[in-house]
Amino acid sequence: MPTIHLEIITAERRVFADDVDIVVAPGMEGQLGILPRHAPLMTALQPGEIMYRKNGEPTYLAVTGGFMEVMGDRVTILADAAERSDEIDEARALAAVERAKQQLSRRDSYLQLQEASVAMRRAQARLHVAQRRRSRTTGMGPGSGGAPGGGAGH
Amino acid sequence: MPSVRDLKRRIRSVQNTGKVTNAMSLIAASKMRHAQGAVLQGRPFASKIQEIIADLAAQPRDEDSAMHPLLQVREVKRIGVLTLTPDRGLCGGLASNLNRRVAQFILAQTSPVRLIVVGRKGRDFMVRYGQDVNAVFTDLGDRPTLADTTAISGLLSDAYTNGELDEVYLAYTRFVSTMNQEPAVDRLLPVTPAALTSAQRVGYIYEPDALTVLGSLLPRFVEMEVYHALLEAIASEQSARMVAMRNATDNSKSLVGDLTLDMNKLRQNTITNELLDLVGGQVAMEG
Repeated sequence: MPTIHLEIITAERRVFADDVDIVVAPGMEGQLGILPRHAPLMTALQPGEIMYRKNGEPTYLAVTGGFMEVMGDRVTILADAAERSDEIDEARALAAVERAKQQLSRRDSYLQLQEASVAMRRAQARLHVAQRRRSRTTGMGPGSGGAPGGGAGH
Repeated sequence: MPSVRDLKRRIRSVQNTGKVTNAMSLIAASKMRHAQGAVLQGRPFASKIQEIIADLAAQPRDEDSAMHPLLQVREVKRIGVLTLTPDRGLCGGLASNLNRRVAQFILAQTSPVRLIVVGRKGRDFMVRYGQDVNAVFTDLGDRPTLADTTAISGLLSDAYTNGELDEVYLAYTRFVSTMNQEPAVDRLLPVTPAALTSAQRVGYIYEPDALTVLGSLLPRFVEMEVYHALLEAIASEQSARMVAMRNATDNSKSLVGDLTLDMNKLRQNTITNELLDLVGGQVAMEG
């Protein structure tokens, strides 16, 4: 079965690089699923979740925006920031969602509202990814789909 | 003429200095390893984004659609220079080499130059020579994140976009190798996309469209360039410091060797003189 080579890089490090079966990313105009032999494509990404499946097992990452390039059987995601589910602090993500909600409810200037809604989407994406990990680990036992190590701590 | 005790004191003091410089060189070595790793890790992102911008810039464009503000080439009336210098000294000629290079650059320009300075060494130098320093950033630390530099790159992009500056240069110390770092002044704005041969063109489908993608890509490109230059500057600084401190440690060792030799000679001399005195006295009494 053909695979695609997925690479997720930020300005600070390479977050992920491996051969996978399918990539689903949050494009500007909606979710995009990329399978092998996709046409060359270049799109901006929204804050959201990236999903890739390898050997039938889905893995999720939170991304805060960036770009995706599809060329031949290579997919390169240039992310502003990308985090694997095991790097996300769920409590902090939850707090960030709450903070963004408060800001949204305050109805400040248009610009601040915009900022808050972007912050909201970022925080929600993080939270979703973190929660997926929890449901998976309780369902299938610990250590399933262990993401490759080597993440530099901040 | 120093006494044996003076020499002993001197030796101890040099030894202590040697211990300090040795520790500093070890610390700089470990920081350097980290900084070099950071430079390497950022490289794939940098080369990819350059590729995409080159492809985007080669896209056919309608005449009436405006060029992105960060690509516009204007008549140069005011120049901005961002100079990335260390906060601390004891790194050989690194800071002064860069400062000298920037000073030469400023002298060679016909239009007024406005400076944005990162690091105390650059600030002190530029202020002393009465340059037009617009903004100063210090204490970025040894492990800056991209977020630490976005304030700086944002300042530059804004000044360029609203016409305060017509050209922006980036001055930093390029990391060539552990033994060799060279000061460099590169143009940051307007962004000059690399030229592509037609064989290199990929012909992507752009979503939503090429201009939108370019518009959100360019500011990130500028951010990334500044961040990357800062990482190189830090790698250079730490390597220069490591080498300088290792030389200092070697010097202190050879100085201790020389001083010990002097001290032993002096001690032997003293003993010989004392013996001569004794023997001389004996002979005088017997005679």
